[in-house]
Amino acid sequence: MGVLVAELLAGLANAAALFLVASGLSLIFGVTRIVNFAHGSFYMLGAFIGYSAMQVLPGAIGFWAATLVAAVAVGLIGVIVEFLVLRQVYKAPELFQLVATFGVILVIQDLALLVWGPEDLLGPRAPGLKGVVHILGEPVPSYDLALIGITPFVLLVLWYLISRTRVGILVRAATQDREMVGALGVNQAWLFTGVFFLGSLLAGLGGALQLPKGGADLLMDFNILASVFVVVVIGGMGSIPGAFIAAVLISVLNVFGVKFIPQSTLVLMFIVMAVVLLIRPYGLLGREEAPGEHGQVGDPEQPISPLQSTGKLVVAGILVVLALFPIFDSPFLLVLMTDVIIVSLFAVSLHFMLSLGGLVSFGHAAFFGGGAYAAALLVHYVDTPMSLALLMAPLLAGFLALIIGWFCIRLTGVYFAMLTLAFAQLVWSVVFQWGEVTGGDDGIVNIWPAAWASSTTVYYYLTLVIGVGGIILMRHVAHSPFGYSVRASRDSILRAEATGINTKRIQWVTIAFAGAMAGLAGGLFVFSKGSVFPTELEIAKSFDALIMVFLGGVKTLSGPIVGASSLTIVQDFLSRFEYWRLALGLLIILIVILAPEGLVGSARKLGNRIGLGRSEGPGT
Amino acid sequence: MLTVEDINSYYGKAHILHDLSLSVAKGDVLALLGRNGAGKTTTLKSIMQLLPPETGKVQLKEQDITGTPTHRVSKLGLGYVPEERRIFTDLTIEENLEVGRQPERSGVPYWTREILFDLFPNLAERRSNLGKALSGGEQQMLTIARTLMGNPEVLLLDEPSEGIAPVIVEQMVLTIQRIKDEGVTILLSEQNLHFAKLVANRAIIIEGGLKRFDGTMEELNADPDIREAYLSV
Repeated sequence: MGVLVAELLAGLANAAALFLVASGLSLIFGVTRIVNFAHGSFYMLGAFIGYSAMQVLPGAIGFWAATLVAAVAVGLIGVIVEFLVLRQVYKAPELFQLVATFGVILVIQDLALLVWGPEDLLGPRAPGLKGVVHILGEPVPSYDLALIGITPFVLLVLWYLISRTRVGILVRAATQDREMVGALGVNQAWLFTGVFFLGSLLAGLGGALQLPKGGADLLMDFNILASVFVVVVIGGMGSIPGAFIAAVLISVLNVFGVKFIPQSTLVLMFIVMAVVLLIRPYGLLGREEAPGEHGQVGDPEQPISPLQSTGKLVVAGILVVLALFPIFDSPFLLVLMTDVIIVSLFAVSLHFMLSLGGLVSFGHAAFFGGGAYAAALLVHYVDTPMSLALLMAPLLAGFLALIIGWFCIRLTGVYFAMLTLAFAQLVWSVVFQWGEVTGGDDGIVNIWPAAWASSTTVYYYLTLVIGVGGIILMRHVAHSPFGYSVRASRDSILRAEATGINTKRIQWVTIAFAGAMAGLAGGLFVFSKGSVFPTELEIAKSFDALIMVFLGGVKTLSGPIVGASSLTIVQDFLSRFEYWRLALGLLIILIVILAPEGLVGSARKLGNRIGLGRSEGPGT
Repeated sequence: MLTVEDINSYYGKAHILHDLSLSVAKGDVLALLGRNGAGKTTTLKSIMQLLPPETGKVQLKEQDITGTPTHRVSKLGLGYVPEERRIFTDLTIEENLEVGRQPERSGVPYWTREILFDLFPNLAERRSNLGKALSGGEQQMLTIARTLMGNPEVLLLDEPSEGIAPVIVEQMVLTIQRIKDEGVTILLSEQNLHFAKLVANRAIIIEGGLKRFDGTMEELNADPDIREAYLSV
């Protein structure tokens, strides 16, 4: 009995940070409709700033003062981010805002590295709360009890603020109808800034408060992100009590998981989430998204058209150049180009579901890594020949996509995106924790191509043929009757259904097809590197693909290829510098603000302006 | 008080208002009449700068407000009551009124919660109820009361009689007369000529985004051809 109570208390203490970060995210989303990916970064900054402040401020008063200083400082950093970045993109489509906040993550990561260095920092213990208290004979850290007291207190303060003050009333009104609030004389810009301040402050407070438990390190931002999304999705987007219930649920479950089934702790919360969403698709206390509430922003979609003869000539020319690359006799160049082709195939597969299908996925790495692991496991355990493994990679990744898609198509918009991310994390945690089979963190090594394809040049040609083949196949499908149904389901579910299209099934097949193609890229990847690690399944990998699609231009077919090629080459170039994330992050933010149509879109616009490029027609 | 000069407004590429001009004098109730799709709502949104006109000018008390952000337009004394009501359904009646509240302005009718509860006794009874629990008529009353909390000098009312029961329509007539008597200038859009006659002293008729008639209510009453051409269904 005592053990169970002690575990329960530990779980409640762990819920503190999770609740603080999740409530901030939920609050910001409710009013601004922006899913702030950088929220994990604010949490990390709270820990780092709190650490530094605690070095300066002595004693118990100093500790708590430092915590508040960190919270307010992070709140102000949030205001700066809102003012410089997000204010420029409030009217842009959702994806653009996400990419912008991703740029902010990269910038903050490198700034933290610059200021606090790469070492993990051990958090100071809270003065006066260093010991343990015995409850039913079990030791419980005093600081845990303090956290358990603080969380409901913060919830109470937030509840008062939201339900009893004028600002809270305005926040709730704006959550429902921003434009009307403006028409009644409220300056939304300041309301948004205020909400951003409060939301960031909560994340910073969470980071500072967990210092005595976990310290500060540079991986905190991504580490908490998936749990926070799970909490927000389970609780219901925009609901603070929901975030509280879900944070407690997940944290308590986690401690008991560690106790009883230590191998499946990470998987557990995703299973809970899947169950909750099956019963209540919009979370425990969430509100169903009214259709069209935050749908299409900006111009309507342009139709896409097959390549005309000039376009075909250009593509043929590029292919000839690609085929001639081996004459340079530079293994480095061939390896880089192999990467470029694989990554292009991956990006095009995401583009297929995201742009043509309107299914914004944050978890596309699940299929890329899934295909890579499928091939690697087949080779490792049953000595499957390379050609068969390359065939099985897309099939198994497609099968995985069928399973994940079955859950995800029940939701739309932001909920859909969050769910894909959570499922990708589920796949990642299975691979990461199931060490006996997958090798866990050590990955699977020694997966080399068959003897006939072992030279860099031959493997390059193999990648070229399969990769380009996959991309051409997707283009053909985009222009097939199935492709029309995919786009119809994106543009208007109602009208598509009325013409007899089963939109849910079309979306399901779209996810499976895009997943299979990502799996094919994963299969090619594994043989080109000779190994695979869980990093191929990480959030960062999914975001890479999103950024490539975005960089090239969401609304163009050639965009993802251009985006993938340029990002791979730019990354290869930038990664020689120590602070390449900072540069890349700033680059991404600048592109979001200055050239939101992406490279291809902007180039086409420029071409149209000076009277060129009409021959290829729209959407090439 | 409020003048609109040659405005042209667009939804995307669709040209909705063509060189539309109108003016409302202090104390007037001007009815903006026309069929569905004539451009009545667009006119009010253009004045409110929710849909800023591409060309032309909107002036409030001699001040050019074209292109001014909507929230500032509201603070300058323009109150807007949208056709779809758009009350905050998850907020109580009192909270809905709070969102609209603005400080007192000198020389402008000043409304408080208690004055408005006096004017709309139905709302007073249900002041702690959520917006979504109200009937259509009550929602319509609430949306007017909410805008009055901002102490407007000019009130833009978009089809106040639409979709409410006949007995409530009568109440609405009395309400608008009372608001007018307090000294608020009113521009209301209407399809219901009978309703407009009861409250307005001047009228404008638009059709296809073009102005077809501009005059007093008496002049409109004396001109059955105009009514036949642009208002009858």
